[in-house]
Amino acid sequence: MKVLERVGRRTQDFFEYAGGLTLLSGTSAGFLVRLRVRTAETISQAYLLGFQSLTIVALTSLFTGMVISLESAVQAVQYGFGNVVGGAVAYASVRELGPMLTGIVVAGRAGSSIAAEIGSMVVTEQIEALKSMGIEPARYLVVPRLLALLVMLPLLTIFADVVSVLGGMWVAQAYAHISYQDFITSVRTTIGMNDIVKGLLKTFVFAAIIVLVAAYQGLRTRGGAAGVGKSVTGAVVIAMILIFVANFALSFLFFGSNG
Amino acid sequence: MADGVIARLDDVRLAFGERVVLEHCTLPIVEGAITCIIGLSGAGKSTILRLIDGLTKPDDGHVYVRDRDICHMRETELNDVRRSISLSFQFAALLDSLTLGDNVALPLRENTPMPEAEVRKVVVESLESVGLAYAYDNLPAELSGGMLKRGGFARAIVTSPQLILYDEPTTGLDPISVHLITGMIMRLRERANGTAVVTSHDLPSIYMMADYMAMLFEGAIIAYGPSEEVRRSENPIVQQFLEGSDVGPIPI
Repeated sequence: MKVLERVGRRTQDFFEYAGGLTLLSGTSAGFLVRLRVRTAETISQAYLLGFQSLTIVALTSLFTGMVISLESAVQAVQYGFGNVVGGAVAYASVRELGPMLTGIVVAGRAGSSIAAEIGSMVVTEQIEALKSMGIEPARYLVVPRLLALLVMLPLLTIFADVVSVLGGMWVAQAYAHISYQDFITSVRTTIGMNDIVKGLLKTFVFAAIIVLVAAYQGLRTRGGAAGVGKSVTGAVVIAMILIFVANFALSFLFFGSNG
Repeated sequence: MADGVIARLDDVRLAFGERVVLEHCTLPIVEGAITCIIGLSGAGKSTILRLIDGLTKPDDGHVYVRDRDICHMRETELNDVRRSISLSFQFAALLDSLTLGDNVALPLRENTPMPEAEVRKVVVESLESVGLAYAYDNLPAELSGGMLKRGGFARAIVTSPQLILYDEPTTGLDPISVHLITGMIMRLRERANGTAVVTSHDLPSIYMMADYMAMLFEGAIIAYGPSEEVRRSENPIVQQFLEGSDVGPIPI
């Protein structure tokens, strides 16, 4: 009986969470569509959540591109396929690793920051104060962060793609003696605008996942400092899992039929 | 609703899990008067303020503001009601990312089309009325407890609401600050149609400002009326509370 009770409670919690998240998404989307946006705050959030993530995104993508090149370049040259290494690095970066790793890194950095900020506002009654003034927390807090990341995550991903390919190009030249010219030619013949656009489309979904999950986790914070900690952990873990799931679903949708 | 009543709790029941906080709770808030709610710690006084502001919904019963039942309103309708009421929180709840001036300006900037120059003027007036105009550019973290409370008052009065709700305005302050804040609440009533609801344990300040008093005990209002009448109540629970005695029917 206790097992059934527990399963029932978990199921109820799941639907309650999903319902709450959907409601927050709908409310925020409503404000966005009606252009009820706080411009100055959105710009400030674009700087905090996006621009300040540049270094960590650069480092992550640089080493990712380098390691893909390291693993593939020497062997490719041995088998006489050195001219496709650039394409392989760019293919992996632009279609999959660039958007996903940027999403994961930003989920860790910006997602935790959003959940912690909103969570501490909940425990110090600042969210209740907003409501008591007739100010919708979704419009005041969530929409600027959502819009900021919808703009910044694609830009960060373009930056990550470029850095990743450059890192791969340097390693290919240094360890497998593949010339920059051959590498770039391979990139240009393998990657089309279609791949870049589809890779970037993923980032809009990831941006929405990061902000909405983090904001929702923050808004449902209970208790004091410990509650904020739990919200932050939950925000990062749930956002990362959802990014992996969404990445698979979107890759299947975009690239499933034509490989 | 009776004439002169701006808000009313009608047979409200509210429980948090197993714990029943309010049961058959009925309380009218008379327009133009200061109503003080007294009761033991954790009795549910702050919950009554949250019910009136629509931040908490009752499990049963009704909450009326200006004859409108706010319990079943949509959030957008409720926001309109909330803009006519101000809640001054126990710990001020100023937004810690904004300066004091920006905190006080927030409801004006978000809810009114007032030009920025006018906003600044009204905010300075509000801060002057609580003696804090000099702290306009300070962040909440740079203010003392008493200053935070006064900052909360300034934000509460800046929109000239029809009703101000003060949650424990004097708790945790020194006697001089308590005296100052009590006088301030009495002065500020002119900014809010004269109507305020105050929850407090501080009996001297309650006696100074209350036109009406209500005592909350075990989830219900057990005494309500003009301040003098409640003070003369023969109810042994009210008497024990007002005397601050540990001997009597209130379980310690």
